[in-house]
Amino acid sequence: MTVFEVFRQEKKGQAFQHAGSVVAPDAAFADAWAREQYGRRGESEALWLVPRESIHQVTEWADEFDLKYRRVDGYSIKERLRIARERAGRASAGDR
Amino acid sequence: MRGNVRAERLLAIADDELILGWRDSEWTGIAPTLEEDVAFSSIAQNEIGHARALYELAAAELGTDVDALAFDRQPDEYRCAPLVELHLLDWAHTIARRYLYEEADRVRLAALMACDDAELAGLAAKIDREETYHRLHAELWAARLRDEPRFRAAVEELWPYALGVVEPDQRAELARRVGLRVESTQTVQRGQHTPELAELWNEMTEVRRSAPGATW
Amino acid sequence: MDARTQEFLDYVQSGGQVEATDWLPDAYRQKLVKFIEMHANSELMGVLPEREWILRAPTLQRKLALTAKVQDEVGHAQLIYRVAEDLGKPRDAMFADLISGKAKFHNVFHYPTKTWGDVGVIAWLVDAAAIISQKALLKCSYAPYARIMKKICWEESFHILHGRDVVLAMMTGTDAQRELVQEALDRWWGPLMQFHGNPIPRDEDPMWIWRIKSQGNEEARQQFLEGYVPQIRELGLTVPDPNLRRRDDGVWEYSEPDWAELKSVVTGHGPRSQDRLAFRQRFLEQEKWVRDAVLAA
Repeated sequence: MTVFEVFRQEKKGQAFQHAGSVVAPDAAFADAWAREQYGRRGESEALWLVPRESIHQVTEWADEFDLKYRRVDGYSIKERLRIARERAGRASAGDR
Repeated sequence: MRGNVRAERLLAIADDELILGWRDSEWTGIAPTLEEDVAFSSIAQNEIGHARALYELAAAELGTDVDALAFDRQPDEYRCAPLVELHLLDWAHTIARRYLYEEADRVRLAALMACDDAELAGLAAKIDREETYHRLHAELWAARLRDEPRFRAAVEELWPYALGVVEPDQRAELARRVGLRVESTQTVQRGQHTPELAELWNEMTEVRRSAPGATW
Repeated sequence: MDARTQEFLDYVQSGGQVEATDWLPDAYRQKLVKFIEMHANSELMGVLPEREWILRAPTLQRKLALTAKVQDEVGHAQLIYRVAEDLGKPRDAMFADLISGKAKFHNVFHYPTKTWGDVGVIAWLVDAAAIISQKALLKCSYAPYARIMKKICWEESFHILHGRDVVLAMMTGTDAQRELVQEALDRWWGPLMQFHGNPIPRDEDPMWIWRIKSQGNEEARQQFLEGYVPQIRELGLTVPDPNLRRRDDGVWEYSEPDWAELKSVVTGHGPRSQDRLAFRQRFLEQEKWVRDAVLAA
């Protein structure tokens, strides 16, 4: 018997989310069983059934150097923006 | 009730679905695996749902309600085929019955979908669409059990009963689909009930009979 | 406690969650598997008292609703056993331990059901008590268990409504029907009061310490009383405990539940414990050939 992981899409357009698993001898039985366990109330738009051994898990990450430049929280423009606005304000006041 | 041919026809199918649904619901909690238990329960519920839809049409014919038809008749007034009455609480027989009944029902529904009773034809089409999954399930199991001696024995044992589910002019088609022979056996006809129906009826109507006319 | 375990404890106590592939201290893993196993067993054994009434349901609507409810319980058993299986205990081993009495199931499922009144009271009040316990698992430190509780709680909400509907139909029906409900309530009140377990202080309860549960036993019981005693009384039903009263500070007082009865029942000495286990064993054995020969692909 194989463990089939069940991924469920609740509404069209949404991402498939992991919902649980069923134990079945093959994909045909997994289909017959998962559709009832995860869809008998019409609560799922679609299911993906994947044998557990087909899933490759990634959980380890190198976390050695500062990678903030790749993210929004690596940028702080508040102070420079304030200075720039102030300078632009003095310049336009000078035009009058 | 006797004179109403349409009602009789509806009741025969409705009673088949009700009693088979009742039998199939006996597996709730005790099926071979938990996953199968959940799936099988849906089949039982669908059958009761089909019975209810058919009783609704019959109730309109007869001026009564679905629960009165489902529960308040005497055992000998039910029109179900003996196949569905049998107490078969082992998996080989249960799947054999599901498989044979689905084949018989497919033949029956095909005829109903083509009949000139528009309301019944429409309901038959609806039922047929839901039956797709019942058939897949039955075929899945029948294929898996094909080489099991106890399954083959169960199919042979129930074959005479299966023939009794369909009209005489539909039996050749059923035999062709299942790969068995009509002549090989004595059909167990609709019209005579097994003693098992009365036992089932006693249990099925126990609460209802305890307070006739009450709302539950 | 060694440093790694202490670090784990600190982590879960500050709200951290772990997955099946994370390192778990032995003490945590053992308590967790035992708790989850008992929950799974309870869902499975709970099917048996209700199953009898599917067959006797007095209307098609009630038959469908009760079948669907019991189907949900089997579905919950499947979800919960899967979590325990992924923690390393095979399903067959759990069934064997259930049958032998080595593993337990909740008290309420060891009692008989006598009338349709029980059907209403169980679906309404026993499921209500259960949902309180289940909500306290939504933030379980063991994430796979927490995640399935979402589906379980969502499905249980219809059970309670169905149960209350069954009770209401009887309470607005004949005198005999009303009497069925009161009589069932009289029998189920004791087990309901025992259901959440003895009032072990939260800080002494390993389930709280490891943040498997997010509330203690007494907190759960108080929540049940606060939510459901008013609902019971507003129907004209009498709670069979003369000492039951709500204090000004909101705490419910009640007669001390029979903890000896609880202990005796969950260790397999309840009125229906042995014959329900025997029933389950009978079908496990009868259909073993299906699993062995046919499903072992």
